[in-house]
Amino acid sequence: MSGDLLALRQCSVQFGGLKAVDRVDLEVNRGDLVGLIGPNGAGKTTVFNIITGVYAPTAGEISFQGHSIGGWPTHRITKLGIARTFQNIRLFPTLSVMENMRVARLLRARSSLTSAVLRAPGFLREEREIDAHARRLLRVLGLERYAGVRATSLPYGERRRLEIARALATEPQLLLLDEPAAGMNPHEKGQLMQLIRRLRDEFGVSILLIEHDMRVVMGICERITVLDYGEVIAVGAPEEIRTNPKVIEAYLGESSEEG
Amino acid sequence: MAPKVVTSSLIPHPSSLKSPVSRLATAIGTILLLAVLNELLARVVAAGNLSGYSLRVLLNVGIAITMAASLNLINGIAGQFSLGHAGFMAVGAYTSAVLTLALGPRLAAGLPALGPDTPAGGMLLLGVAMAAGGAAAAVAGVAVGLPSLRLRGDYLAIVTLGFGQIIVAILLNIPAVGAAQGLTGIPALTNFFWVAVAAVGVIALSRNLVQSTHGLAFLAVREDEVAAEALGVDTTRTKVLAFVIGAFFAGVGGALFAHLQQFIQPRDFDFMLSIQFVVMVVLGGTGSITGATLAAIVLTVLPEVLRPVKEYRLILYSFLLIVMMLTRPQGIFGSREISLWGLFQRRRKEIEAPLG
Repeated sequence: MSGDLLALRQCSVQFGGLKAVDRVDLEVNRGDLVGLIGPNGAGKTTVFNIITGVYAPTAGEISFQGHSIGGWPTHRITKLGIARTFQNIRLFPTLSVMENMRVARLLRARSSLTSAVLRAPGFLREEREIDAHARRLLRVLGLERYAGVRATSLPYGERRRLEIARALATEPQLLLLDEPAAGMNPHEKGQLMQLIRRLRDEFGVSILLIEHDMRVVMGICERITVLDYGEVIAVGAPEEIRTNPKVIEAYLGESSEEG
Repeated sequence: MAPKVVTSSLIPHPSSLKSPVSRLATAIGTILLLAVLNELLARVVAAGNLSGYSLRVLLNVGIAITMAASLNLINGIAGQFSLGHAGFMAVGAYTSAVLTLALGPRLAAGLPALGPDTPAGGMLLLGVAMAAGGAAAAVAGVAVGLPSLRLRGDYLAIVTLGFGQIIVAILLNIPAVGAAQGLTGIPALTNFFWVAVAAVGVIALSRNLVQSTHGLAFLAVREDEVAAEALGVDTTRTKVLAFVIGAFFAGVGGALFAHLQQFIQPRDFDFMLSIQFVVMVVLGGTGSITGATLAAIVLTVLPEVLRPVKEYRLILYSFLLIVMMLTRPQGIFGSREISLWGLFQRRRKEIEAPLG
């Protein structure tokens, strides 16, 4: 259990006087499907943001596949193999579903901007590969029939799935999902859980997810880290987390003797 | 809910499926065609069948297209609102004019066969001047593109506006380029050929860009910078590139302008000129190459047609803009494009969101 894929060591993020993340340790191994939970404002999304380079950690180290990535620009981290989805879905609204996917393939492209503008033969071949790769992913996620549709005209559940498909198109080793079940009905949540398991099993991608829906988290995660006020208060299997008094206290409020 | 299926730009354009050889042939053929047209136009004007005035309007249209389409790359496609396009134009105009003024007489003395007065020499010299003007403007594009990394929206607009004003202020204070009196005696080298090469060049480049995955990255930056970066798009590089490419063609447009007017002064490139180009892009439909082109044609020809009321041109602009904003906020074309191939076929969807 060394965090052979991703390891955060004593990471902190300070916004002025506020410690949003406080000496957090977090590990993800290859093939893991792990969860990050905690009450609102516990710092979960901030942890995602330091892993993906949106913020640099003010202290501590983040290593991914042997690289110390703390403070790297986001696009380099993505290229190294970390992709994410957002809590509030962030598709490119006026682009089609297919175009949303193609954008995510650019980082694996070998042809240059110049060859794109001049339409060199190598560029055309690559565009066909990009197209085929994107279509394959859309098919796997059941979105193929929407390929030419504007991304924002998709139904809500499909938009979430498209965001996952788009993240997968970058060929990540690690996928970060920020509240993937938010706003979904129970049926959609069931499908989502199956999908997430499939991603791990079929694509070999390791998954770290933030989720508020306990049925989803407890149902699919093999290990869960709990954050409260920026600090890790518990790590363990779902059964341990469910019965951990500190976790219960964090979620249900302080016990009566403390006021 | 059945989403409306729209044709998307991913459908390969027939020209993109052509063999490299035939694409090269198309490019060479286009250049030859423009050269022939250039020669024909010159003869028609010489024979008195077309007034020099009409030719001048035609050349102005070409320059306006170059300017509007290049601004569309920055404002429309990459979504970086710039109000400093006249500044890039000024850099190109002055650089190229200084070059031809210095180089012209020397060429005439040293290599009379290639002097600026000979047809071949004029062609060549203007080509070099355009490249130099474009390159200088592209360098300025880097300088303006860098602040765009930190600023967006209104703030970026203000910085680029400031850039345009700074260029004018600098030019006003350099005696070597005539300061407020401007540069005179620039050889009249601008011809149909080079104007058309610039206009067709920027349109072709924009089109090829937007249809490529590299170009989609520009659109992605416009749509959602955070998401684009998270998908591995180097947004910094993309934004600076948009400024560099757009500024290059604005510099080329400036070179053509200088060698058409034969006289340039800093005032020619003030804020109102930048606004004119923005109006062309917005009126045409932000992001639409076709729209920018058509708006450039209309807004250049219209004041000529309305010569009697020319002083009211700006009122007309404002009026047109207000009418547009009320009736068609997405511009004439929205984000659609029209190509000769499959006339009126939509390749890009409209920007406008469904009502409601």
